[in-house]
Amino acid sequence: MEDIGFTLGKLAFLLIFALSFGGILTWVERKQSAVMQDRIGANRASILGLRIIGLFQPLADAIKMFTKESFRPANADKIIFTLAPTISVFFALVGFAVIPFGDVLIVGGKAVNLQLAPLNVGILYLFAVAGMAVYGVVLGAWASRNNYALLGGLRASAQMISYEVALGVSIMGCLMIYQTLDLQEIVRWQGAHYWGFILQPVGFLLFLTVGIAETKRVPFDPPEGESEIIGYFLEYSGMGFGMYFLTDFIETVMISAITVTLFFGGWQVPWLTSAGFVFPWGEWALPNWAVALLQVTTFTLKVMFFLWLQMTIRWTLPRFRYDQVLRLGWKFLLPISLANILITGLVILLIQ
Amino acid sequence: MQTMNVHDKYKPLTFWERTYLPGIIAGLWLTSMRFFRNMVAHTLRAIGIKTKRLGAVTFQYPEVLRPIFPRLRTMHRLTRREDGSPRCVACMMCETVCPARCIYIIADEKPDQPQIEKVPKSFDIDLGLCIFCGYCVEACPEDAIRMDTGILEISNYTRNGMMLDMQTMLKLEPDPKRYVKYDEKGEIVSAEYIEAAES
Repeated sequence: MEDIGFTLGKLAFLLIFALSFGGILTWVERKQSAVMQDRIGANRASILGLRIIGLFQPLADAIKMFTKESFRPANADKIIFTLAPTISVFFALVGFAVIPFGDVLIVGGKAVNLQLAPLNVGILYLFAVAGMAVYGVVLGAWASRNNYALLGGLRASAQMISYEVALGVSIMGCLMIYQTLDLQEIVRWQGAHYWGFILQPVGFLLFLTVGIAETKRVPFDPPEGESEIIGYFLEYSGMGFGMYFLTDFIETVMISAITVTLFFGGWQVPWLTSAGFVFPWGEWALPNWAVALLQVTTFTLKVMFFLWLQMTIRWTLPRFRYDQVLRLGWKFLLPISLANILITGLVILLIQ
Repeated sequence: MQTMNVHDKYKPLTFWERTYLPGIIAGLWLTSMRFFRNMVAHTLRAIGIKTKRLGAVTFQYPEVLRPIFPRLRTMHRLTRREDGSPRCVACMMCETVCPARCIYIIADEKPDQPQIEKVPKSFDIDLGLCIFCGYCVEACPEDAIRMDTGILEISNYTRNGMMLDMQTMLKLEPDPKRYVKYDEKGEIVSAEYIEAAES
């Protein structure tokens, strides 16, 4: 009975983590792009004259999305059209189940593993979920009965296939080093040895690139292609569109969380062990709850840094053309990932 | 400031350039430096320290007004004589020169003042038609009409509401607060934005 309580608690934390970050990212995107471009950005949404630099903007957006008419084209497939955005959001959200956001929290004498689903094949589960995410896009595009939406869906599937391969291959190098597929174990290994980006800089760059491509945002946005085909959500309005919109942001959070987990030590804080800080010049014992709090906060901060980085990339780089995206995926990222595996394997052999 | 020779783009890229990495890093460096510089300015201003550089170039329009340069043509006004009567002598020069034909003057006699002879009985400008060319100001021999009120917010719900009559125009005065200030040499002293709450 207690276990169910703990599980529900972790579930609530992860859902709030993902959804609130997804919501706030709509605000961050506007404000950050504004500050980068010497503008001010959305700051007018207010409650009773209280503005707090436009933080109510996501709320205003949500109210707008909910109250708008959800229009369905006459020839659209009724069931799939309605279901597709939900599929999209669902697969973006369930990936968080295997992300470890802390080590072990002791509540009432029981050790709680701060990870919702301690799968020993966590990485494979993540890939499966990321692969399924494209279904929401393709089904929505197909069910719309609109040629432009369908083009967007086709582009999305082509892009996903090209980048799934590179995504899988790009982290083989670090999996060879970590010798495990369990994300919690991966984080612990990084705490005991080195963080992943020191051992696998090329793998990290490849994974980040491919991860940004997975979110279908600029610079890898041919599925959306705002200036040419509007994209797979062309026929969606109201909350249907809102869910696709949210999916992109949740996937951005997801990619940040995976990058942090695989390459930046997840919840690891330098010099922090389960008993407290162990500096080279001395020790500072901390209670278990403080350690867990520090770990969760550090994980959140690391994720926030990568969200910032992804937003900066999105507002800096121009978008790739459709053929350039595929060429980059197949002829550039995939060979480099394969070479990365080869070199990593050779080095491991030599060290042994 | 980096410059790029246009002919350079026909040169084949080197391997290092073809990895996109130098371009991406240069671009990210530029935008993130701009981001942090502006964030510092925003933060300092938020806690009350006036920085020399603003965090944004935006004028938050209804609350903050942009300074107006004196040559800008804004809503018309009629100048007055010392006794308050209009300087206008209803010579119809402005009505004649007006390319939009938006000035309607009805003249009246003024027999008791022989040096004036004519005065306007009514002087209406249809701002819905006016193109703000300023010809009426240049054509006027009496300096009776000027376009220096600094009023830019001209809007109304009806077409009739856009009509500007003589009594309204006679009451208008230029607002010195809204204008850029100069010193004796003609250099701009103040082009800072104006808080609307102050004015």
